[in-house]
Amino acid sequence: MKIRVLVSLKPGVLDPQGRAVHHALEGLGFNGVDDVRIGRTVELDVADDTSDAALTEMCEKLLANTVIENYKIEKLG
Amino acid sequence: MAFRSAVITFPGSNCDRDMAVALEQVSGTTPVRVWHGDAHLPDGLDFIALPGGFSYGDYLRSGAMAANSPIMREVIRAADRGVPVLGVCNGFQVLTEARLLPGALMRNASQHFICRNAGLKVENAQSIFTSGYSAGQEISIPVAHHDGNFFADEETLDRIEGEGRVAFRYTDNLNGSRRDIAGVLNKAGNVLGMMPHPERAVDAAHGGTDGLALFEGAMKALASA
Repeated sequence: MKIRVLVSLKPGVLDPQGRAVHHALEGLGFNGVDDVRIGRTVELDVADDTSDAALTEMCEKLLANTVIENYKIEKLG
Repeated sequence: MAFRSAVITFPGSNCDRDMAVALEQVSGTTPVRVWHGDAHLPDGLDFIALPGGFSYGDYLRSGAMAANSPIMREVIRAADRGVPVLGVCNGFQVLTEARLLPGALMRNASQHFICRNAGLKVENAQSIFTSGYSAGQEISIPVAHHDGNFFADEETLDRIEGEGRVAFRYTDNLNGSRRDIAGVLNKAGNVLGMMPHPERAVDAAHGGTDGLALFEGAMKALASA
């Protein structure tokens, strides 16, 4: 089973990297970009019987730092 | 009484030797060097140090991989028993990832790697680690980091401030840290994480000795405990 975990910074947490990319986009002449936030994608190939609880635990324990990050688990089949 | 300390080395640690030299200089006893894959810490430790560096190449997040290495289970157990644990720079990042300390260390607000002396104000001079200083004392300790921007939510910040757990603050906030926090204690006061490197400020020939009081104070506090 293919799983995609999307890790993003929580709202309100400053993203200096996103801000720098925002500036770079403006420098390239792309106007009208209001905000840029950078996250991370983790693709997992797991046994078909892997439980939702196990996936959540993987995110909580390692893939995301829940102090600063949110995560979303997507099952790609 | 011999001061029995351990310095943990992860793959990518690069301040472990400096930490061992500082501990030996102050205590006169050679620290035990412990590898991240070791399953056990030596018995009867008085002090555990997690050094600076770039453990596991900062993969995933700074300190995230090291926080889950075999030896950290032992370090967490020792911390729970009350053994003093000092994490400097990457060691601080590891301690937050291991949830021994609150908050997280994010990319510096400037996006730049910062390597210079930082002015610090001693906020809490009553912990094991800071009893060699006086409250409000200003000291200069080198920093060298890319991810030193301390973040915690407002509620957590209020709580740690209320509990006197801010050990050091930057006099000039160089990395964007919330409330200028440079070093933070756990609730019991036996775990300290700090981005500045006290082990790099123990010899006048290296540009300053303001870090000495941390190690000397800790030794004295432990000897009289």
